[in-house]
Amino acid sequence: MTVISTPAESPKAPPVTRKNRSSGAQRRAVAIFIAPFALLFIAFYAIPIVYAVIQSLLTVEREGTFGKPEQVFGGLVQYQQVFQNTAFWEAVARVLLFGVVQVPVMLGLALLFALLLDSPLLKGKKFFRLAFFAPYAVPGVIAAIMWGFLYSPSLSPFGAVTSNVDFLGADLVLWAIANIVTWVYVGYNMLIIYASLLAIPTEIYEAARLDGASNIQIAWRIKIPLVVPAIILTAVFSIIGTLQLLAEPQTLRSFSSAISSTYTPNLAVYTTASIPNYNLAAAFSVVLALATFILSFVFLKATQRKVSQ
Amino acid sequence: MATPATASKRPRGGSTTASDVETRGRGPRQSIMSRSAAMLVMGVFTLYFLTPIWWLLTTSTKTGGEITSTAPLWFTTNSLGTFFDNLGRLFTYGDGLFGRWLLNSAVYAGVGALIGTVIAAMCGYALAKYEFRGREAIFNVVLSGVLVPATALALPLFLIFSRVELTNTMLAVFLPSLVSPFGVYLARIYAAASVPGELLEAARLDGSGEIRTFFTVSTRLMAPALVTIFLFQFVAIWNNFFLPLIMLRDQALFPVTLGLYAWNSQISQIPELRSLVIVGALVSIVPLIIAFLALQRFWSSGLGAGSVK
Repeated sequence: MTVISTPAESPKAPPVTRKNRSSGAQRRAVAIFIAPFALLFIAFYAIPIVYAVIQSLLTVEREGTFGKPEQVFGGLVQYQQVFQNTAFWEAVARVLLFGVVQVPVMLGLALLFALLLDSPLLKGKKFFRLAFFAPYAVPGVIAAIMWGFLYSPSLSPFGAVTSNVDFLGADLVLWAIANIVTWVYVGYNMLIIYASLLAIPTEIYEAARLDGASNIQIAWRIKIPLVVPAIILTAVFSIIGTLQLLAEPQTLRSFSSAISSTYTPNLAVYTTASIPNYNLAAAFSVVLALATFILSFVFLKATQRKVSQ
Repeated sequence: MATPATASKRPRGGSTTASDVETRGRGPRQSIMSRSAAMLVMGVFTLYFLTPIWWLLTTSTKTGGEITSTAPLWFTTNSLGTFFDNLGRLFTYGDGLFGRWLLNSAVYAGVGALIGTVIAAMCGYALAKYEFRGREAIFNVVLSGVLVPATALALPLFLIFSRVELTNTMLAVFLPSLVSPFGVYLARIYAAASVPGELLEAARLDGSGEIRTFFTVSTRLMAPALVTIFLFQFVAIWNNFFLPLIMLRDQALFPVTLGLYAWNSQISQIPELRSLVIVGALVSIVPLIIAFLALQRFWSSGLGAGSVK
């Protein structure tokens, strides 16, 4: 989407209306335009975040073993538990490993396809665009069910491969999930990068061609640097998505016994909440949200600085 | 919008570009080789992207026994009959649960994305087209909202909804889905790019109210963008897994993804569900593919709109 070229555009867009703007009618209009979103945002974003933090600071106490459970303020007790919970940190390490491998592979492929679509080398571009984008229409759960069958030794059409390679075993199942995620999202990322390639003025290539630059040189020296903002954007969304992994591993659990109930951080949240230990689950959620926020924010800032240098 | 114009300006695919003239000395063989290499890469990946969907299609036309006993990626002699047979069983199993799920998904994603798009468009438009105190602050809050993982909100939302006894209702999934900070972000960019300030001034001089101008003039100019926002929010809600998983107990309220997930995890106890899951998966992705194909003209120009300055 268009977002692409916009991270460069700072939020401080020039004021659009004239100085006589703040007439009563306009102020009222702004209030009417913003109010619905603001109310929903407060109710379903802001309050839940605050509520999660509060819950994570509580702890359950009982009077004696069979006493009535009561929630009392526990300070950072839950966070202490979070930091001592090895299963949770194993899950975090697992999705980080996943992201370090899967995100570059997926975005590399997306960039390659976008460049090929933008090059004069291909015929049938419209077909390729649609074919590669089609998996994006398949929800994560459905994609996981489909690939679960394709991976399984008995049902797979590629039985010759799947009966020899145990895609659903402990060694490979993480990469089996990575393949599913890649399959779903490559085309989507390809389209975002492709849209920003289309926005590059052609004159730039003309000049380079006259100077004798080859297609590959043009791609490497001109096109790729110009679509870096689009790639950064897709990378941020991929990082957020990776830390949130839930639907695919949870669905694959019925195909593979190698996926534990705390395989990803979100699975750990879900499992802990079903115990039910809401306070600890809330603390997991807060830590996970903070980690996601910081990671994507740092990534944005770091790459923006590099680009502007 | 600008995409077709940009495309036609470019000398791609033509045989008389500057590069061809320049590289003629190296002979056309290299060009043929790189052309075939590009087509080969795209061809191989077309198989990668489409084979799973093709498998889903062919397998939907088989009985439970035929899945393993017949050629996996092709039809049987009685495919059409079996397919309709499977469809019939799909929609009658468990008192027509599956139809109910499809309907639920249509409400959650269709109605939810429609209302969500209007709300996001209003807010993004106000942020782009009016100057008022706190504008940057609001925009920064929205941007932070984009980086907060939706799954981190699922658990606190569940705890809040259970306080007001709204868990296990359609509203529990519907209401939080209306909020899309990313939609506001996109709407702001699109509004800034496609609604000229002079036009708003002119409308003001004509005595048109701000709200009326938005709904009659501005939304038309933003139409491709609005379709894009709608589609991506539609997909986000249709694919959402954690929220319904944690909120809903009653199967009759499930969206189709959660329903198929539930069936899929019961396959080992009820083997006849296997073929229903496969046909159901096929049926559940058809609406999304149709939506994307039917609205392709809008969203592909929407993709380009914001990136062309």
